[in-house]
Amino acid sequence: MLRLEAVHAYYGRAHILAGIDLAVERGEAVVLLGRNGAGKTTTLKAAMGLVPVATGRVVFLGADIAGRAAHEIARIGIGYVPEDRRIFAGLTVMENLAVGRQPPRRDAPTWTVERLFGLFPNLAAMRDRPGGRMSGGEQQMLSIARTLMGNPRLVLLDEPVEGLAPAIVEEMARTVLALKREGLTVLLSEQNLAFARLVADRAYVIEKGQLRFSGTMAALMADAAARTRYLSI
Amino acid sequence: MEFVAVQFLNGLASASSLFLVASGLSIIFGVTRIVNFAHGSFYMLGAYMAWTLATRLSAGPLGFWGAIIGAALAVGVLGAALEVTILRRIYRAPEMFQLLATFGVVLVVEDLALLIWGPADLLGPRAPGLRGAVDIFGQRFPEYELLLIAIGPLVLVLLWLLFYRTRWGTLVRAATEDREMAAALGVDQRRLFTAVFFLGSVLAGLGGALQLPRETINLNMGFATVVEAFVVVVVGGLGSVPGAYLAAFLIAELHAFGILVFPKITLVLIFLVMAVVLIVRPHGLLGRPFVGLPASVVSPAAVLRPSSPAARWVGAIGFVALLAAPFALGDYALTVATEIAILVLFAASLHFIMGPGGMVSFGHAAYFGLGAYAAALVASRLAAPMVAGLFVAPVVAGLAGAAFGWFSGRLSGVYLAMLTLAFAQICWSVAFQWAELTGGDNGILGVWPPAWAAPAAAYYYLAVALSLSAVLLLRRAIRAPFGYALRAGRDAPLRAEAIGIDVAATRRIAFAVAAGSAGLAGGLFAFFKGSVFPTYLSIPRSVDGLLMVLLGGVNSVSGPVIGAIVYTGLGEQLVRFTDYWRLAMGVAIIALVLAFPEGIAGFAARLADRRRGAPAEDAR
Repeated sequence: MLRLEAVHAYYGRAHILAGIDLAVERGEAVVLLGRNGAGKTTTLKAAMGLVPVATGRVVFLGADIAGRAAHEIARIGIGYVPEDRRIFAGLTVMENLAVGRQPPRRDAPTWTVERLFGLFPNLAAMRDRPGGRMSGGEQQMLSIARTLMGNPRLVLLDEPVEGLAPAIVEEMARTVLALKREGLTVLLSEQNLAFARLVADRAYVIEKGQLRFSGTMAALMADAAARTRYLSI
Repeated sequence: MEFVAVQFLNGLASASSLFLVASGLSIIFGVTRIVNFAHGSFYMLGAYMAWTLATRLSAGPLGFWGAIIGAALAVGVLGAALEVTILRRIYRAPEMFQLLATFGVVLVVEDLALLIWGPADLLGPRAPGLRGAVDIFGQRFPEYELLLIAIGPLVLVLLWLLFYRTRWGTLVRAATEDREMAAALGVDQRRLFTAVFFLGSVLAGLGGALQLPRETINLNMGFATVVEAFVVVVVGGLGSVPGAYLAAFLIAELHAFGILVFPKITLVLIFLVMAVVLIVRPHGLLGRPFVGLPASVVSPAAVLRPSSPAARWVGAIGFVALLAAPFALGDYALTVATEIAILVLFAASLHFIMGPGGMVSFGHAAYFGLGAYAAALVASRLAAPMVAGLFVAPVVAGLAGAAFGWFSGRLSGVYLAMLTLAFAQICWSVAFQWAELTGGDNGILGVWPPAWAAPAAAYYYLAVALSLSAVLLLRRAIRAPFGYALRAGRDAPLRAEAIGIDVAATRRIAFAVAAGSAGLAGGLFAFFKGSVFPTYLSIPRSVDGLLMVLLGGVNSVSGPVIGAIVYTGLGEQLVRFTDYWRLAMGVAIIALVLAFPEGIAGFAARLADRRRGAPAEDAR
C-alpha cells in the first residue's frame, strides 16, 4: 500500500534520513522502532509531505506522492496522528473532529462521530470541551479520532503512547488492535517495545537515518543482539 | 448632557467604520500571519469604486446600495487576486517580505487610483432614503450615521456566526491555530487563504464604500486608515474579531471626546492608549498568544560569515570611489550621493536591530526625525554651531531609543513592531501639533551648515566621514561579543538567558545604539536639506528604511548599504523620468521580492555559495 524507496531528507543542512526503504501492505500493522533522534518522526513526516523528500520515492497505491502537498496526501487517504497530538486548543471536541472530516471511501473503514465515540467513550462525555482543557490521554484519543474522521486507508501513528500513563497505554493497544480489525492499515513509530509487541505484525529498526533491521515482530523478539544494539538505552 | 449623548453616537458611527476595516485586517492576519499594508488601499478602492458605480448607475435606490455592495465585492476579488498572484508565492519567505510586497501594492494602487480618478477630492452622493436627520435629545442627528451604528454590531454578529457556526469557520479557526496540522488533515490552506483574503478585503471595501455619503474621497484616505486599523487590531488583540470591535469602540469614543477635552493632542492620545495597552496587556485586550508566531524576522539558520576576500576588494574599491566622487560627479549627482550616504547610515541603524536583533521597527524614522529636529532646534533656537547640532542629534535620539527600549521591555515580533509604530506616530503628532516649538506643518527652515561645510563637496565629505565611521562601528559591534549576545538572544532567547545573557538588556542597548545612529543620520539630513519637517518622522519614511534593509537583505551586514543605495538611487531615477514613480517603484519592489526573497545581498551570498560548491540550503 505504502512504499518508501531510498528516501533522503534534510533539516536545513542536517541529513536526517539517509536512504529509507520500507513497505506497508494492506491490513498490516507495521512498527518503526528506534531511539530518540533516529529519524522515526521524520520518516512519517516525509511520507505525509510535511518534510520535503530530497531524493527518493514515496509510492502510495501505485502513485509517487513525494513532493505533493500535505493536504493532497491527506485527501488520497493517508491519515497522520502527530507525536505531540496537536489538538486545536481553541476548538471543541466536536469542532476538532469536524476539521478532520472527509467523504467516505469504498476501500477503507468509514467512521462517524457516533462510531468514534463508541471507540473512545471518554470523548462522548466532553463534546463541547475545548481541546486545550483536556488531559494528555484524552488529547491523544481525540487526535486519533480526528484523523479517523478522514476515513483514511492508512494511518501514520507517531509514538502514540509517549508520555501516557500505563493504564492508558493498554487502552491504546486495544484501540490500535480494534482499528486493525476494522481493516485499517497502520504504520506506527515507537520506542516502547512492549507496546509495539502488542500491536505490530512487522518491525523496522531505524538508527541514524538508516534501517538496521527488518522482519517480523517475532523475529525481532528472537534477535536479542539487534534489540540491544539498536534499541536499549 | 444632550451634546455628550450625540457625541457618543458620533463615536459609535466612527467605531463601526473603523471596525469594518480593522476586522478584515485582523482576520487576514490571524489566518495568514500577513500584516497587510495594502488593506488601507482596499479601503480607499472601495470608496472610489462605490463612487464610480453610484455616479454611473444611479438608477433609483438600488443604484446606491447596489454600488456599495458591488464595490465591496469587487475589492474582495482584488484582494483574492493579490493573494493568488503575489502573496501565495512568498508564504515561505520571512514574514517581513510579505509586508514589503503588500507595501509595493500600496504604491501601485495609489498611482493607479491617481491615473483612474485623478488628484481631486471626490464628493459622493447621499444615501437615498437616509438623507434626513432625526431628533435625539433635541439635537439633529443624521439618519445615515444611525445606519452605520447598526452595521458594526451586525457585521460582528455575522462574522461570529460565520466563524463559530459553519464548517468553513471551523476550518479557518483550526488553520489559525496550527496550519500544518490542518493541512495534514486535508485542509487546503491555499484555498482557505484566498477565501480569507476575499472576506477581509470585502470588509475593507465595504468600510470604504460606506464613507461615500460621509466624507470626500481622496488618495490619502488609505494610508491614514490602515494606520488606525493597525492600532485597533493591536489594541483589540491580533486575530480577535470581538477585540477589534471593542478597540474600535474605545478609540472612536476617545476621538469623539478627546477632541473636546484635549483638542491639541488628539493624535497623540490614540497612540498613547495603544502603547499603554501593549505594555499592560502585550497581546491586546482580547488577544491570545499565537502558537508558532515567530518572534524574529530572520530565520535562525542565518549565520554571518566573515567577509570574503572578494567582498573586501569591493569594499576597498568602493572607498576609493567615495573619495574620488566629488571630482567625477556634477553638483546634482553629488547631492544625490550625499543623500545616499546619509540614508545608508539610517538603513544600517535599522538593520542593527532588525538583523542581529531580530526586532522589526515600523517606526525607525522617529529617531531619524528626532535627531533632525534636535539638530535644527539647537541651530535655530540657540543659534549654536552645526557641530553642536550634530552632537546633540544622536544623543537625543539615543536617549529616546533607550526610553522606548525600557518601556517595550520583553515585547517581540509583530507586537513590538506595532509599538514602534505607535511611538513614531506619537513623535510625528508632537512635531505636527506642537507648532510653537516645531513650526508644525511648516517645519523649521534655514538650518544651513556654516561656510566651511556649505559647498556640496565639503558637506559630501562630512556626511561620508560621519556616516562611514558610524556604519563601520555598527559592523564592528555586530561582530563583537555584544553582537554574539544579541544574535543569541534573537535565535534562542531562553537558551541565551540560561547561559547568562540578559537578553532584554542587550536588546535595550541595541535599541539605544540604533536610535542614536539614526539620530546622527537625521542631524546630517537636517543640515543637508536646510530644513526639517514632520514628514521626517512619518511612517512612510520608516517604511523607506524598512524597504532599504529588506531589499538589501536582513541576513547580511552589507545588506543595508546595498539596499539604501539601490532604493534611493532607484527612487531618484524614477522621480526624474516619470510622474508615476510610485507605480514604477511598487512594481519594482514586488518584482524584487518575488525574485529575491532573501534580499539582494542574500541572493549574492547564495550565488557565491553555489560557486564554492557548498550544499544548497534546503528550501524549507
